[in-house]
Amino acid sequence: MSGHESTYNPSNPVEKWLDDRLPLVRFSKEHLMDFPTPKNLNYWWTFGAILAVMLVIQIITGVVLAMHYTPNVAMAFDSVEHIRRDVNGGRIIQAVHAVGASMFFAALYIHIFRGLYFGSYKAPREILWMLGVIIFILVMAIAFMGYVLPWGQMSFWGATVITNIFSAIPVLGEPLLQLLRGGFAVDNATLNRFFSLHYLLPFVVAAVVVLHIWALHVPGNNNPIGVEVKSTRDTVPFHPYYTMKDLFAIIVFFIPFAWFVFFAPDILGHPDNYIMANSQVTPAHIVPEWYLLPFYTILRAIDFNVLFIDSKLGGVIAMGGALLVLFALPWLDGSKVRSGTFRPMFKWFYWLFVINFIGLTYLGAAPAEGVYVIFAKICTAYYFAYFLIVLPLLSRFETPKPLPTSISEAVLAKPHSGSAGAAVPAE
Amino acid sequence: MIRVKSIIAAVLVTFGLAGAGAVVAAEAGKEIQKQSWSFSGPFGTYDQNQLQRGFQIFREVCSSCHGARLIAFRNLYEPGGPGFSEEQVKALAAEYQIADATAETGQRPRVAADRWPNPFPTEQDARDANGGAYPPDFSVLAKARGTTQPFPWWILNYFTAYQEGGADYIYALLTGYHEEVPASAPEGFELAEGKYYNDYFPGHAIGMGPPLADGLITYEVGEGEAAVPLTLDQYSRDVAAFMQWMADPHMVSRKEAGFRVMLFLFLFAGLMWAVKRRLWAKVEH
Repeated sequence: MSGHESTYNPSNPVEKWLDDRLPLVRFSKEHLMDFPTPKNLNYWWTFGAILAVMLVIQIITGVVLAMHYTPNVAMAFDSVEHIRRDVNGGRIIQAVHAVGASMFFAALYIHIFRGLYFGSYKAPREILWMLGVIIFILVMAIAFMGYVLPWGQMSFWGATVITNIFSAIPVLGEPLLQLLRGGFAVDNATLNRFFSLHYLLPFVVAAVVVLHIWALHVPGNNNPIGVEVKSTRDTVPFHPYYTMKDLFAIIVFFIPFAWFVFFAPDILGHPDNYIMANSQVTPAHIVPEWYLLPFYTILRAIDFNVLFIDSKLGGVIAMGGALLVLFALPWLDGSKVRSGTFRPMFKWFYWLFVINFIGLTYLGAAPAEGVYVIFAKICTAYYFAYFLIVLPLLSRFETPKPLPTSISEAVLAKPHSGSAGAAVPAE
Repeated sequence: MIRVKSIIAAVLVTFGLAGAGAVVAAEAGKEIQKQSWSFSGPFGTYDQNQLQRGFQIFREVCSSCHGARLIAFRNLYEPGGPGFSEEQVKALAAEYQIADATAETGQRPRVAADRWPNPFPTEQDARDANGGAYPPDFSVLAKARGTTQPFPWWILNYFTAYQEGGADYIYALLTGYHEEVPASAPEGFELAEGKYYNDYFPGHAIGMGPPLADGLITYEVGEGEAAVPLTLDQYSRDVAAFMQWMADPHMVSRKEAGFRVMLFLFLFAGLMWAVKRRLWAKVEH
């Protein structure tokens, strides 16, 4: 956007007329076609486009599901089964939506971890990053509420446990809890408001995504070497180069997606959710969906009181803090070097953070007993230490490797540059 | 450039995260063994004869206590199922009455579009008739049960599309009864009055008595077909397969669609890859 002239010339009077009043075509050409994009982006950068497609898929399948779903405690469970058994194409649409939630998060986590490695949160992209964190939090809330809608055992007990978190907040907790549930316990009112919000919030996400892309188009893309674009030699127009690359990546992403939808649609869920919700029977293990597990572990890891803060409130603070700390990340990491490729010490801590995060996910599904409790505490401690201690200190002590002067120079220095299919050194 | 490393890493991260979520603490007790099912894996389909045998057991034994409220009679002749004829199913449905306020007597015979009847009018009636235990509805029961594998074996399930945990559990449950509390029971285990000991039921004390036994049901042998053994093992397999079908009646057509979709995606991805490669060949990147 900034720094390049529009090349759009209306070719006929109608386009000219439109361009003088609402330059929609010009805008699209500038932002969807001509937008100068660094030519060295790797496949980790395709997950932004994949996520945009996933959001659209979730909204379209969700709107269709809402035409057949009944948000009522007596009928919700059977209405989902009705969709899968009796509605034309319903079993595919329902499976795409349910599996799609998992695939959405898979792409979302890869997208976030790409940003963490290549320093995509650093100036001048702080707002871009923070908008991304807002999207992440919103999507977690949406997915959680969506999981409640089939009104199975995990829906009900997940809703009970998660809404109960809010009761830990001093003074405001109880009224807030009742507001969320629409009563004293999770019931029909809860199901109805969750359904309403589950339908509404994705459109809010779509709006924030627009801001996210706007904030991307002001400074332009970061890239694997983290050196800003210096000249037009460093870039290619978004179309056709990245439209094609993204489309290819999207199709490849659809392959595991389709695998789950058609061959194992239930494998990512919990068997207990095929038992209709029953407030009299508590499942042996209440486990949230896999994508919420890292934060669930952090919530459960605080099982001790700190001064006047009891363990319940402590857990809530830790879980909230685990998300909120992401907002401060651009200012916690003081290193001027963006890309982890040129940060020898950072790399170690980063990959440890990735393993630690997978560990947090694993522990969320494990019972809170014995050795798991200790591991949960260690993993939670490292999660926070990475942001609050490691990154601030690294920027002081680490000596980065010399940076290439430009993207073009870095590209030319690569051993097999230009020959298609050649492996490129790891970032 | 496709970076093989990147793709491998992405796949590992994804499955690592998704897989980690699936781990559930193993229940104490005997481990449930995976059985070989005709419907397992991406190529699996239901065995029509087995579904018909399973239906016979369901109808003659299970359905006196268990309902199947989501199953319509028409499902029994729909493709991918037990493969009864439409006439057979209509005749079968007519054997059951349904309350209908518009009918002269307040009742009419069921038609193919009606659901399978519940044996008890309310949950309370069901409990009263079964010593306080509630016989669960069979419609999605096979999906509501599962098995667990120790780390790292459950990771394989994502690649083999293992969906038969419910059938494995049902088979294990039906064959896991003991007449007396066995030595393998947890220490100090006391069987409550009216309960039965089962190796695989959580807590081991199940309200349902052993429903099947060798020779209980006679299967009709079709012309030129080998006789199926009339054993508890065979009955358990057959009814577990039938319950899996009840929970997932359109599995076959879903998998068939899956193969078409996969074929398309692989071809399309190949084409896209070729176009992308050609386009980028001119750019140093």
